[in-house]
Amino acid sequence: MNKVVKNVEEALTGIESGMTLMLGGFGLCGIPENSIAQLVKMKVKDLTCISNNAGVDDFGLGLLLQEKQIKKMISSYVGENAEFERQMLSGELEVDLIPQGSLAERCRAGGAGIPAFFTPAGFGTEVAEGKEVRVFNGKPHILESALTADFAIVKAWKGDTEGNLVFKATACNFNPMMAMAGKITIAEVEELVPAGELDPNFIHTPGIFVQRIFKGEKFEKRIEQRTVRPKK
Amino acid sequence: MALDKIGIAKRIAQELRDGWYVNLGIGIPTLVANYIPEGIEVEFQSENGVLGMGPFPFEGEEDADLINAGKQTITTLKGAAFFDSATSFAMIRGQHVQLTVLGAMEVSQNGDIANWKIPGKMVKGMGGAMDLVASAENIIVAMMHSNREGESKILKKCSLPLTGVGCVKKVVTELAVLEIKDNKFYLLERAPGVSVEEIISKTEGDLVVPDFVPEMKL
Repeated sequence: MNKVVKNVEEALTGIESGMTLMLGGFGLCGIPENSIAQLVKMKVKDLTCISNNAGVDDFGLGLLLQEKQIKKMISSYVGENAEFERQMLSGELEVDLIPQGSLAERCRAGGAGIPAFFTPAGFGTEVAEGKEVRVFNGKPHILESALTADFAIVKAWKGDTEGNLVFKATACNFNPMMAMAGKITIAEVEELVPAGELDPNFIHTPGIFVQRIFKGEKFEKRIEQRTVRPKK
Repeated sequence: MALDKIGIAKRIAQELRDGWYVNLGIGIPTLVANYIPEGIEVEFQSENGVLGMGPFPFEGEEDADLINAGKQTITTLKGAAFFDSATSFAMIRGQHVQLTVLGAMEVSQNGDIANWKIPGKMVKGMGGAMDLVASAENIIVAMMHSNREGESKILKKCSLPLTGVGCVKKVVTELAVLEIKDNKFYLLERAPGVSVEEIISKTEGDLVVPDFVPEMKL
């Protein structure tokens, strides 16, 4: 089944104010940057964004925060963004911080038809407030529910016309689980190839989870912490 | 003399054992990778999706798609593997990672740890820390004994929002190596030249001090 759409405008058709979006990436690594730029242009507001991080002030989801398009963030770590911190501490932005492993598993569960699961992460902390606790093998666990989204927007290295995706290195991160958990999943890729060119043995996300795929126009791939050692 | 960050990292590196998979947190824990004892093999896991992390890349060879959990550019060693975040935390929750080293703002004598939030002031989020401390069998905390105001961070009870309860077993500070058991801190070693009296005065929690406290060997 051909999932190809011609550009980012077509790919993001149907996203409206008030919707819940999942966006892949860890820090600025593996984020759907072309789609984020398009969301800014679309001026959709009151979004609930599920993403491990919130970008930096002038890149990634930080761009949507600057335009006050996000009503609520569901993330695990938001440390690198001053505007985010300001909006959160002033109460303009609703924030749900959840443990990273629970976030990953909640997305996976959402895509896998598992409504909830027990995890030890967060027991005895404020994360556990209001959640059911049960003891398994002598250890307390808390009940976490699945997450889904109206749209999941992921970024892959290579994709084919069927929507099969291959990720590169640590740019994989949350993308595969979010691809599973979107009612409609949009994939932006660096290389879009005809069906048959990707080895089926090495597909990370099977095309069944992807409804729309397009080749991103440009990828800045900004580095957050450039750490190097000198050449000898 | 109190240890610097490198000294703390060197002391923690002595806890590494052959064949272990190890997750290092941001800050001092990251430095531990530089002091692996000779003759042993360990592999570093980073929760953003890599096993077999290597050193920082040479200048000009950075790859934006290859970072660690601190968002720093890294390299991989032979035999490395990449995976998604759910698989990564399966490794962590499933106790396939033998040691977790992380930083803390406070620890308490029952093994509680706080390191993600100062209400009203700083809210960065817990990242993977809650998953790590809830599941790891072996957690070492790398931290300073007291804050900038000189107040002890080695406490009877944590005052900040917790990251995990009853999970920390060992703490290495610039002054001492402490073990946590039976709801007390046990003084195992002191930094070279640091007196037991200084450690006692800077520890708010209940501290058990044996007659002889050896100096760390670094």
